[in-house]
Amino acid sequence: MLKIKNLHASIEGKDILNGINLEIKPGEVHAIMGPNGSGKSTLASVLAGREEYEVTDGEIEYLGKDLLDLSPEDRAREGVFLAFQYPVEIPGVSTTNFLKTAINQIREYRGQEPLDAVSFLTTMKEKMKLVEIDQALLSRSLNEGFSGGEKKRNEIFQMAMLEPKLSILDETDSGLDIDALRIVANGVNKLKTSETSTIVVTHYQRLLDYIVPDFVHVLYKGKIVKSGDKNLALELEEKGYDWIKEEVDTATA
Amino acid sequence: MSEILKETSLEDKFITHFNELESRINGESKSAFHDIRKEALESFKTLGLPDKRNEEYKYTPVQRVLKKNFDFGVVGEQATLSADEIRDNYIPGLKTNTLVFINGVFSEKHSEIISKDIIIKDFNLALKENKEDIETYLAKYADYKEDAFVALNTALAENGSFIKLENNKVIEEPIALYFINDAKSKEVHSQPRNLFIAGKSSQASFIEVFKTTGEQASFTNVVTEVVVNENAHIDYFKIQNNENTSYHVGTTHVWQDRSSYFAGYTFTLSGALVRNNLNIIIDGEGCESHMFGLYLLNGSTHVDNHTAVDHRKPNSFSNELYKGILEDQSHGVFNGKVYVRQIAQKTNAFQSNKNILLSNEAIINTKPQLEIWADDVKCSHGCTTGQLDEEALFYLQSRGVGKERARVLLLYAYAAEILENIKLDPLKDYLEGLVSERLHKNF
Repeated sequence: MLKIKNLHASIEGKDILNGINLEIKPGEVHAIMGPNGSGKSTLASVLAGREEYEVTDGEIEYLGKDLLDLSPEDRAREGVFLAFQYPVEIPGVSTTNFLKTAINQIREYRGQEPLDAVSFLTTMKEKMKLVEIDQALLSRSLNEGFSGGEKKRNEIFQMAMLEPKLSILDETDSGLDIDALRIVANGVNKLKTSETSTIVVTHYQRLLDYIVPDFVHVLYKGKIVKSGDKNLALELEEKGYDWIKEEVDTATA
Repeated sequence: MSEILKETSLEDKFITHFNELESRINGESKSAFHDIRKEALESFKTLGLPDKRNEEYKYTPVQRVLKKNFDFGVVGEQATLSADEIRDNYIPGLKTNTLVFINGVFSEKHSEIISKDIIIKDFNLALKENKEDIETYLAKYADYKEDAFVALNTALAENGSFIKLENNKVIEEPIALYFINDAKSKEVHSQPRNLFIAGKSSQASFIEVFKTTGEQASFTNVVTEVVVNENAHIDYFKIQNNENTSYHVGTTHVWQDRSSYFAGYTFTLSGALVRNNLNIIIDGEGCESHMFGLYLLNGSTHVDNHTAVDHRKPNSFSNELYKGILEDQSHGVFNGKVYVRQIAQKTNAFQSNKNILLSNEAIINTKPQLEIWADDVKCSHGCTTGQLDEEALFYLQSRGVGKERARVLLLYAYAAEILENIKLDPLKDYLEGLVSERLHKNF
């Protein structure tokens, strides 16, 4: 599904990613963890195509295509989805309205007919249940005045509507109470198939009790310095990141 | 030396217009209004056309552009627009009382009054037939002693409309005034004057549409006075979608008596230079006043909106929201004055001006000006100027919406905050269409 090779990226001349290598196969869940400022969110942003970041070296192959060659919208049309750490508030644009535009532009890209209003509504109702989101919320301006939990549920709702192949959850759990966390995780789990892959960027092991990863990677100073299974996350929860930092810093010293 | 000669000549030309008018209307020169005309002319001579030294016209060099672009000869023969060319300007699907003015002159042939219970007259006729109302209301609000263009209009106005709603009359069909300039063969200039009087508990909507066709320069200096008596309810729209050779100065002066409602909407889509003054005097308790404005500018269009709301009595509410999208080398100016007099306690007054600049060369000068003497009031103002929100753009793109489409979506949503206040559906649809067309084509 996704092959990242020796990825280097910088913002405003500052190097953030210093050679990431990562391969993700269909059906897999990969968790990316790491201390603050290690480059987790940068990796998510580069995958989604945020323009402020400059890729200075390396390559990303996604379903056989050069991902870095695609515009952000074409990445989405090819099945990449980023759940934002901080979903943007957009006054005057309702979730319903913009999703209709998005879905039809994606369908057009794939050479499909536009979705008629009835099918759209039927799909919407079905997916709403998945994240226990209210229709009234979706008719309001996108994320405007939404609570933290509502914003994150809306992200997962959009993910459900767009049916991506590769989902990247950027700290979707941060700031959520346990009920909201369960709802969000539950939604993600229900959307998972053997054909889709998920990258879970998180600070906290707690989320991984609900979304169980096949692999856990620790990012530090823009590199993956340790990989393991879900037990690595538990170990990090218990011991923190200092021992990893020490290991790396000693090795590079 | 020749420059100085030229400078004196522009004002002199208008004085010549006045002398010409005076000789024509011999029989009327004894009327009370004619004395006002003479006063207004004197005032115009004293004030002179404003240049940038005038604080109120600091960013809007009207005098300079008029000198550059106009001869101001005496107005010649009527235009030759066909009925179809005129109808093209109508708002589709909206049943209205229709008044058409071609190059400022009322055209009875193209006009149609469908509502009962309303007095609609050519301004000239009203001067003769409605002396009482003229003496009571005309030139009592728009101050010809303060503003040179109001003075000029007061001195020279020969055309326009007189519209009166009797007490308790509710007029379902809006009154649409189409000011169409035919500048195909030569420059046109006109000084229309409107007086709208809304009786107690009456209700109506007024729509002023300004449209120029043709490549030559056109200048309109319009003054509209709106008298909103007790408990009356008035919606007022000004729509400017002109050629880029069109110069417009307009003053709308509103006076509100107690418990009345006035909402003014100003839409400017194009033109060379546009200056709109909207002044509201709240002279009774329990009034509600709204001012909405939307300007979409490109090319080298220059649009200046000056608004003033004067709270003279307690317990009233005013709200203002003006929004602009500016591209290319366009220039926008916003100045919003709010006065709350000492007696006007418990006033709620809100003002906001927001701008999106889409190019590095576009300019906006925005200035809120609140003067509050009362101490028990709620007032706020704010202005924002920025670019299109890049983060919002990326968010939409990351969901599969193409960049251009995302831009249009965001800009449209931004404009819709103004449009959604319009209660007349066909008018709303029409304006949504104009805005949407503009955003797709030009941004």
